[in-house]
Amino acid sequence: MVYENPDGVRIGLEVHVQLNKLNTKLFCGCSTKYHDSEPNTHVCPVCLGLPGSLPVINEKAVEYAMKIGLALNCSIVEQTQFHRKNYYYPDLPKGFQTTQYDFPIAGEGKIVIEGEDGERVIGITRAHMEEDPGRLQHMGSIDKSKGTLINYNRSGMTLIEIVSEPDMRSPKEARRYLDKLRSILDYLDVFDGDLEGAMRVDANVSVFMGERVEVKNISSFKGAERALLYEIMRQKNHIRRGGEITLETRHFDEARGVTLSMRTKETENDYRYFPEPDLVPLRVADRVPEILKTLPELPDAKRARFVKEYDIIDMHARALTTEIKVANFYEDVAAKVDPKAAAVWVADILKGELNYRDLNIDAFNVGDIAEIITLVTEEKITESSGVEIIRTILDNGGKPQDIVKEKGLLKVEDDIVAKAVEEAIAENPEAVADFHAGKEKSMNFLVGKVMQKTKGRADAREAREKLIAKLSE
Amino acid sequence: MAAWTDISNIKQKIADSSAEEVTAAYIETIGKSKINGFTTVWDEAINTAREIDSNGHDGPLAGIPIAIKENISTKGLSTTCSSKILQGYVPPYDAHVIERLKEAGAVILGKTNMDEFAMGTSTESSCYGPTFNPWDMSRVPGGSSGGSAAVVAAGEAPISLGSDTGGSVRCPAAYCGVVGLKPTYGCISRYGLISYANSLEQIGPLATTVSDIATIMDVVAGYDSRDSTSINRENNYSDALKDDVKGMKIGVPEEYFGEGIDKDVEKSVWDAISKFEDMGATYEKVSMPHTKYALASYYIIAMSEASSNLARFDGTRYGLRAEGENWHVMASKTRAEGFGTEVKRRILLGTYALSAGYHDKYYLKALKVRTLVKQDFDKALANVDVLMAPTMPASAFKIGEKIEDPLSLYLADVNTVPINLAGVPSISVPCGFVDDMPVGLQIIGKQFDENTIIKAAYCFEQNTNHHTRRPREVA
Amino acid sequence: MITKEEVEHVGWLARIEIDEKESDAYAQKLNSVLDYFEQLDEVDTENVPPTYHVADIMNVFREDVVKPSMPQEDVLSNTENKQEGNFKAPRIM
Repeated sequence: MVYENPDGVRIGLEVHVQLNKLNTKLFCGCSTKYHDSEPNTHVCPVCLGLPGSLPVINEKAVEYAMKIGLALNCSIVEQTQFHRKNYYYPDLPKGFQTTQYDFPIAGEGKIVIEGEDGERVIGITRAHMEEDPGRLQHMGSIDKSKGTLINYNRSGMTLIEIVSEPDMRSPKEARRYLDKLRSILDYLDVFDGDLEGAMRVDANVSVFMGERVEVKNISSFKGAERALLYEIMRQKNHIRRGGEITLETRHFDEARGVTLSMRTKETENDYRYFPEPDLVPLRVADRVPEILKTLPELPDAKRARFVKEYDIIDMHARALTTEIKVANFYEDVAAKVDPKAAAVWVADILKGELNYRDLNIDAFNVGDIAEIITLVTEEKITESSGVEIIRTILDNGGKPQDIVKEKGLLKVEDDIVAKAVEEAIAENPEAVADFHAGKEKSMNFLVGKVMQKTKGRADAREAREKLIAKLSE
Repeated sequence: MAAWTDISNIKQKIADSSAEEVTAAYIETIGKSKINGFTTVWDEAINTAREIDSNGHDGPLAGIPIAIKENISTKGLSTTCSSKILQGYVPPYDAHVIERLKEAGAVILGKTNMDEFAMGTSTESSCYGPTFNPWDMSRVPGGSSGGSAAVVAAGEAPISLGSDTGGSVRCPAAYCGVVGLKPTYGCISRYGLISYANSLEQIGPLATTVSDIATIMDVVAGYDSRDSTSINRENNYSDALKDDVKGMKIGVPEEYFGEGIDKDVEKSVWDAISKFEDMGATYEKVSMPHTKYALASYYIIAMSEASSNLARFDGTRYGLRAEGENWHVMASKTRAEGFGTEVKRRILLGTYALSAGYHDKYYLKALKVRTLVKQDFDKALANVDVLMAPTMPASAFKIGEKIEDPLSLYLADVNTVPINLAGVPSISVPCGFVDDMPVGLQIIGKQFDENTIIKAAYCFEQNTNHHTRRPREVA
Repeated sequence: MITKEEVEHVGWLARIEIDEKESDAYAQKLNSVLDYFEQLDEVDTENVPPTYHVADIMNVFREDVVKPSMPQEDVLSNTENKQEGNFKAPRIM
């Protein structure tokens, strides 16, 4: 089925990824591990923009940027340099942001997402490096605050800004794009997406081929979807009332779930870009082959391999390869037990239980799930017992064997059931007669007897089947 | 103690008495100063000298007092670029050159006056008031490192550091009758030098003798990993101190003797060139056709870079803060109040030159012209060892003479700015007097060939006596 | 020619408050300098590349090794406007 995109929605995203797995900031030796620190304790003359300080580029940051560019199928530029983007804002300690301009480190690329109507290619316009500004805290809301507190710990952190083409047609596709991007970045091991501010999104949205509106200050993926839904609705309503959409920047107010116009004298800009004289050009394209070698197998390739190598369905392969940790976990399990069963148990059951508890795959142990799968496939426990063991481990801890014993989950041996069936028939002739006379209820009585004799470990349905078989002989 | 002297003399004095006594004598001289060359005398100076006396120090500048320009960051010592906007700013770190000076045992006497943010040729635009030329108190000392040159000329410090963006070391050296070097771009780390125009400027030493210039260079020059434009290249500058220019080929660019040059200054320079001939060098006239465009190119680039470099002075983290109903208004009032008129003019012009619609016409065009100016140097220096020209087209002008007319002030830099556009080294040495005011000879070299210009300057100094004359007003 | 209005606009871009009285004087001085700059139009720069750096160097990097940061006290030592370890500034708009 083809998605019609009835409102002519076009969404492009600018995603700022903070490379917080680097040891140091982009232009100075300050540590990137500031997230739990006091304000202004991870700064030096360079990232505080003190007069006379000079930047020096972190080589690893350039490598990471190239890695990201290559993973997004981008071309790597022959020669590049940093520019100054001049504007005034209190979070910018130098009065300009050091960024890339006409030659971003990575040029055009693309990624594939699951769109509204199947696979969809989203174009990447560019990916460039820049420094993160400090962090502002408004004393009150941005429009009515009493003052601003500024913490420069974040100032100078390496950001990669990934700019997409306006190829997304719904907030859902935007969300899928963000999830895919996050998945790829996770694979590259260049950032920890769980840290505050690790991925920040600005969106360009237009409807009915109209002017685009930029929505800033989106701090989460959920926020992105909400901001986009609101903004599309706002634009449609505005047009319906005879209004016209003009190019502007709006601020997403997460608490209220609305976007606010930011058109003021303060936000008017002329960035006056020029090459940063304190840095020299970069010519790094010759490192591409070497960096390509360090690139891991990426989600799409892994998914295809899983389908082929483990003979599992595509839906499972996709679920298993979104997060690199889950993919690695699955492969470890698949090495120990039947890969198909492993896929069902990890993708459908375990992931569900983890999501429900807001836990990630680190909360479970490969050996434990393999053991549980083995117990089920060898029919020593029932499937529902398997699920119960997983839940118990997640909620209270423990090992599968112990839980099986404690809860008496082992399925009883066939001969024990057979013996109990024979005894139940021999000891209850009346019930047997009633059964033969067509009284269905007497069967329930007999099943109860079998369960009693096996202390409840038999499977009730199995007991019933065996009783009927015996009585029909 | 009449302190017009050089490093070797002071070393002898330290040996005879102590570093403390030497430093104390300088501080006393500064206390009686009439030239307003120092902005701050460091109260730690005497302690540093004492420590050197008690612990000993075998550094090449052990106990030698030195004056530092207001735009070079000194930890714990006010560094304001002679601007109201940086009042009260005390850097929490030392510039690279300060670290090196300290390691070498130098005693930092204090900070010297300058044109606000190094934007000037007269040291009149300082928030601390003008510095006076020790040779004639009614005249400017040159700029922007006017304080650094004047205090050396007045015997208030034996040596000093300045910075040279478009002539700011050489101009005051010429006007005050001392030696000043603008090294090759990348030779001395700029880490800690408060930027005016990053792609043009270098820190440079000032002293009474060429030999002292070499000694200071041996301490402060060299690679620093904190400055990405610093060049990793070993050199011993004192090795160049040889009294021998036989066979040296001198180029004399005719464009540097153009319209506006003082006839007596021109004569002093030609006399100096004849002296070189006497000493065994030869000269030929060369042409550097883009020289006339260098000034405009230089000012556009310098102002553009400055408009961005000075953006950080917004009242938020240090220095002056004005009142304002919101941050942007606070910043624009702070900057209106904190910057002087010339600084504001240059920021406005630089902002304009980079702004949408004008970027290509001004900024980009200036950078292209810069290429042509640099090519002039490459061509001229391909056939000769050094170039010689007047440092300044005339001797020091009167205080107040040009300050109201920015363009006439800019025109004074016509012979110094091309050197910064090309990034080559240049030294100014005293080569005569016009109406009792000193004249400077500018000797320009190839990139990283400081040693040839130091050798030429040294040889000239050894065979002339211009450098032995002292300013009347101070003696 | 730069106009009074342009001077005020550039003043705002550069965050330098210029009142109406001043803008005339600025426009006049700025124009004399801009006139001087016009002479560059004479120079043929077709096919001439711009020189951003005189030093012909590239790829200057630093290793990703942590260096000590400054103590908070030093970071905030040059301002009176601070609160709980933060710099304090007027509201943004």
